[in-house]
Amino acid sequence: MENNQPSVTRRFMPLIVFIALVALLAIGLTLNPRLVPSPLIGKPAPEFNLPLLLEDGSFSNKDLIGHVTLVNVWASWCFACRQEHEVVKHLSRNGVRIIGLNYKDEPDNAKNWLAKLGNPYKNIAVDYDGRIAIDWGVYGAPETFLIDQQGIIRHKVIGPLSDKEKYNDLMAVMNSLNK
Amino acid sequence: MKKIISMLFLSGCLTFSLGSLAAPIETFKFESAETEKVFHKLSEELRCLVCQNQNIAESNADLAKDLRLEIYTMLTEGKSEEEIVDFMVQRYGDYVLYRPPFKPMTWLLWFGPVIVFIFGLIYVVRLMKSQSAEVAPDSLSEEEIERIKNLHAEQDNK
Repeated sequence: MENNQPSVTRRFMPLIVFIALVALLAIGLTLNPRLVPSPLIGKPAPEFNLPLLLEDGSFSNKDLIGHVTLVNVWASWCFACRQEHEVVKHLSRNGVRIIGLNYKDEPDNAKNWLAKLGNPYKNIAVDYDGRIAIDWGVYGAPETFLIDQQGIIRHKVIGPLSDKEKYNDLMAVMNSLNK
Repeated sequence: MKKIISMLFLSGCLTFSLGSLAAPIETFKFESAETEKVFHKLSEELRCLVCQNQNIAESNADLAKDLRLEIYTMLTEGKSEEEIVDFMVQRYGDYVLYRPPFKPMTWLLWFGPVIVFIFGLIYVVRLMKSQSAEVAPDSLSEEEIERIKNLHAEQDNK
C-alpha cells in the first residue's frame, strides 16, 4: 500500500508517452514536405551566363552583384506563376529589382504571357533546357531567390509569393538587407 | 457471375496500374556495363523532388528526366559516383538522398529507433519485475490463518 504513489505515475506512463507521440506526429503533419530547405542559402549565386528573352545580350551571375535582387523562376506553363504575378508586379512597382529566370519555356509563349499579364522584370534570362535551374536547386516553378549586394543567396521562397506567410518571411529578410 | 465480372474488372485495373508503373528510362548508350550499373544505382538512390515518393529512375516528372540526363552526362565525362552524389546534395540538400548521411544532425534519426527500443525494453523488464513482486507471498500471515480458522468455525457452527 505504501508504494501506491509511484505506481500511479507508472500507471499513467503509457498515456503520457502516447500523448507525447501524438503531439510529435501532429507537429509533423503540419509541416509541408514540399518545402525542402535549400543548401544554397548563404552561398554565392551559382555561375551562369544566359541569353535574354526580350533583347539581345546575356545575363550572368556577375550582373547580380551590387544590388539586392530577387531572382524569380517562372514559366508561362506554370499556373502558380500566374497566381503570384500580381505580387511580383507589386514588388517591382515598389522598386525591387527583379530578374526573371524563364524556366523550360518556349520563348514565344513567354513573350505572349508577359504581353498579356505585364512584365515586372528588369531582365529575363532564358534557361531553355533547365540546366541552370538545376545548379540553383530549382525543382519546380515558381521559386524566388533573394540575392544580396555581394551576390550571396540569402533566402529562397518555394511556391507562389502570393502566400502571405512566405511573402512576409521574404520581406523580413529583404528589409534586413536594405538597412 | 458477379464474382467473375468483378475479378475481370480487378485484373483489368491491375494491368493498367502495372502499365503506368513501368519506369520511364530513356535509351542512354553506355561505354561499359560498369557505368550503366552506376547510372541505375544512382537514379534509384536519388529522390525526385517533384514526386517525392519516387526516385529519379521511376519518375516521369520533367525534372527527373533532366536529372537522369545530368547523371548520364556526368558519367560519360568520367565523374565518379561520389562526385555525382555531391553535385546533387550541393544543389538539393541531403533530402535528395533516400539513404540519409550519417552526421551529427542525423544522429537522432539513426539512433532514435534503437534508443526508443532500449527504453521500451527497460520499461517492459521493470514492469515484469514489479508484477512478479506483487504476487502474493507463499505463506499466509498469522492474521490470515486466524481469519480462515474463524470462517471455518462459523461454517461448522451453522
